[in-house]
Amino acid sequence: MLEIKDLEVSFGGITALKGISLSVAEGEIVTLIGANGAGKTTTLRTVSGLVKPRSGHILVDGKDITKLSAQARVKRGLVQVPEGRRVFPQMSVLENLELGAYLRKDAKAVAADLDDVFARFPRLADRRKQNAGTLSGGEQQMLAIGRALMGRPRILLLDEPSMGLAPLLVQEIFTIVSEINAAGTTVLLVEQNANMALQVANRGYVLETGKIVLAGTASELTSTDEVQRAYLGG
Amino acid sequence: MKNPLLRQVLTLWLPLVATYLIVLLLVRAGIIDAYMQVTIATICINIVLAVSLNLITGFTGQFSLGHAGFMAIGAYTTALVTMRFDSLVGFLGGLVLGGMIAALVGFLIGLPTLRLRGDYIAIATLGMAEIIRILLQNFEFTNGAAGLSPVPQHMNWTLFFILTVGSVMLIRNFVRSRQGRDAIAVREDEIAAESIGVNTTRSKVLAFTIGAFFGGIAGGMYASYFYVIKPEQFGFLKSVDILVIVVLGGLGSLSGSVIAAFLLAIISTLLQPFPGVRMILYALLLIVIMIFRPQGLLGKRELSTALLPRFGRRRRPEPSGKEAA
Repeated sequence: MLEIKDLEVSFGGITALKGISLSVAEGEIVTLIGANGAGKTTTLRTVSGLVKPRSGHILVDGKDITKLSAQARVKRGLVQVPEGRRVFPQMSVLENLELGAYLRKDAKAVAADLDDVFARFPRLADRRKQNAGTLSGGEQQMLAIGRALMGRPRILLLDEPSMGLAPLLVQEIFTIVSEINAAGTTVLLVEQNANMALQVANRGYVLETGKIVLAGTASELTSTDEVQRAYLGG
Repeated sequence: MKNPLLRQVLTLWLPLVATYLIVLLLVRAGIIDAYMQVTIATICINIVLAVSLNLITGFTGQFSLGHAGFMAIGAYTTALVTMRFDSLVGFLGGLVLGGMIAALVGFLIGLPTLRLRGDYIAIATLGMAEIIRILLQNFEFTNGAAGLSPVPQHMNWTLFFILTVGSVMLIRNFVRSRQGRDAIAVREDEIAAESIGVNTTRSKVLAFTIGAFFGGIAGGMYASYFYVIKPEQFGFLKSVDILVIVVLGGLGSLSGSVIAAFLLAIISTLLQPFPGVRMILYALLLIVIMIFRPQGLLGKRELSTALLPRFGRRRRPEPSGKEAA
């Protein structure tokens, strides 16, 4: 469904991605793990169109989208949940969610999806009139995910959903990610918390300084010595 | 008050028409003297300037230090057109043309500079306004540093009223529209806005262009009321003056801008008897207000028609049953 071929990205003189290739099949959760500065977020941002690659291609359903704007990619179902819970702080929860359906014209389906999001995140329903900036970290992350779901993503691009959250909340967020996936959305998940990520993912890639050094199914990766040592503390 | 139309008539149109008629009567009766008329004109012009800058800086979050540049374009266009075609039609034509040229300049300058962020836009817009001022100072047809005079006076209370109320309402409608929401989303978080599919560059350029248009209109109003225009009137300090009104009223509150424009004019008038310390007191007052209301007089909220402070205008109306609560 999503295919990345030989992607290279550089910022000024620094090369962040040195030729990355990976693929995500329909219905999968694929995770990208690695240390700080490995290029995980850059990969995700290049896929969503916030960063322009120097070379390489990004394909969705076999069609090259490398040259498309971020807006056009959202239209094709690539929706990103940006790193660090970027909600619109001065807008209410409801307004945040409504903006998630920004590019959609089907008002009825949007209303139905809004109900779905509130059903999935009851805590957001309780706070629908509250300003998003006053929510707790976990609630903001839920709102950011809910907002992305309002765009009816075919592929959800999740950037470090566990960042800065308490362990219990991390568990909750990952359960939700699995549920969203079970409901039919393909997920590309970037995480530092390799342990959690590999628990929910079908497959994974390990990034190190701009290169993919390991790839395999989640269970294969979990049992690999290198991953154990470097990321799982085993 | 269940009927929204009735409510709108009672809370919006009635006070507006009453204000218009009362001022008109007081002017006719000679109670509002020439000096007060100048103050009223200044308030109206400042409202249009502040509301249009608020659209750019308060709602879209693009810090502009060049609003006087758009004002200058509008003022000079209106002056040049009315000096050639001295009639009401000529004036209105010049006014609209001035707004359009300001909008065009705003568009052309916004396109490259609005890709910049934060402080850089401030510098770029500051530079733009200075370039406009220096061009006006050096062009033959703008009569250089001496400026243009006499500009035929076509502005009167009726026109001031219509143009001011019209500008505020148009900008208010824009802010509440889909495009207005985009603009607010860009202000709140540009990356998040982009990730849900808002075309952030288009959104910023659109707000900037509309803001520039109304800045130009305000300039035209100014030129046609005050007879004389000179490049030096549209310098950096003028841009700062406008910004002061916007910040004082609250970034992101149109009614805040309107109130601040009134308030500053009143303060300025009250301080008139103390010419020596006037500017010092004015500055002190601003400092005190900013210490106690750093978010501006109204913050991001609007003066709601329901007068329920937490019922922000930006939200959609509730189902009417809840209104009474």
